[in-house]
Amino acid sequence: MAENTNALGEVAVGAPPGMPQLDIGTFDNQVFWLLITLVAIYFVLSRVALPRIAAILAERQGTITNDIAAAEDLKSQAEAAEAAYDKALADARAEAQRIAGETKAAIQADLDVAIEKADAEIAAKAAESEKAIAEIRAGAMEAVAEVAKDTAQDIVAAMGGTADAAKIAAAVDTRMKG
Amino acid sequence: MADDAKGGGGLEFHPMDQFIVKPLFGDVGDPVHWYTITNATLWLALAVLAIIGLMVLTTSKRAVVPGRGQSIAELMYGFVYKMVEDVTGKDGIKYFPYIMTLFMFILCANFLGLIPMSFTTTSHIAVTAILGFGVFFAVTILGFVKNGASFLGLFWVSSAPLPLRPVLAIIEIISYFVRPVSHSIRLAGNMMAGHAVLKVFAGFAQVAAIAPVAIIGVMAIYGLEVLVSAIQAYVFTILTCVYLKDALHPHH
Repeated sequence: MAENTNALGEVAVGAPPGMPQLDIGTFDNQVFWLLITLVAIYFVLSRVALPRIAAILAERQGTITNDIAAAEDLKSQAEAAEAAYDKALADARAEAQRIAGETKAAIQADLDVAIEKADAEIAAKAAESEKAIAEIRAGAMEAVAEVAKDTAQDIVAAMGGTADAAKIAAAVDTRMKG
Repeated sequence: MADDAKGGGGLEFHPMDQFIVKPLFGDVGDPVHWYTITNATLWLALAVLAIIGLMVLTTSKRAVVPGRGQSIAELMYGFVYKMVEDVTGKDGIKYFPYIMTLFMFILCANFLGLIPMSFTTTSHIAVTAILGFGVFFAVTILGFVKNGASFLGLFWVSSAPLPLRPVLAIIEIISYFVRPVSHSIRLAGNMMAGHAVLKVFAGFAQVAAIAPVAIIGVMAIYGLEVLVSAIQAYVFTILTCVYLKDALHPHH
């Protein structure tokens, strides 16, 4: 190892053996190759790699933007479809309500007519009955007067008096009115 | 290496040997010319290949839904892009490829350096100084081109009380010129120190009695170095963004 170091020490122009970094004899070599390296890296990056990656990123951004726009479009379509569905539902409901209302009104009208008719019939029947009752009542009053006159005449005869039919009838009429 | 080598029993430490720049082909003693293909050349080239693999090959399918590799490439892109945008503002975006170059190079070089037996190019002050001073000169020239003489307003803290401003200006100027030094030494120092410590722990593992402790130490330091590699790449990049922001908007 010692020989090795000595050999290198001879090559290096006045280099301190401790730090190869300070061996000025190798600087021109390193700088030369470093500059070539940096130029090569710069051309590889600026001509190939960086434009390509920038294009990839831009394309991805474009794809994402398009996808978001498409999703937005589909969403608005779905919303329109839902609105149309809601509207159809509301229309059908309103139509059903209208039909139900009309039917109800028609039935109500029929019902009213029937009730009116029935009321009229009932009223006619009631009036007839009233009349019949009045006749019966009048008949009954006459019969009562007849019976009363007969009874009074019989009583008067039984008491021994002569019954004047006309007087008795007048007396009974007066009593019954009083 | 004499001061690194320790006592008898064949226990020797050569923690700095891993940083020696040597020709890849030929004998160890061959001279290193500026064009010589060295181990530094190899690992710089591997960094380029790693970046091509990470950023180009993974994105070759251009998938809208990314796979694992493409996700990593996009993550790197998004991370640095957002950093540049947040720190320097919208007008700094056009310097994004340069900053991305710096970030990817430092990140890949740091991580490649963690492969055992590898050579860490970013542990060399020659490399990091080129990066640091490159940023310094680029930013300074850009500042004068964009703002003219009013770029000097960077050193004139107009929000401070008037008597204090000359003093602050001197401090600001000194700190401005120290920037490239700290910028480059921070990276090289971190990488070198971590790797040297790893090598020292590995050297202790030669002794059976303390080998378990040394190996656990190597594992712990290695985990720390993984963090340091990523953090140093991040720190270098974000400081570059801050300096760039100063050049574009020199007024506090």
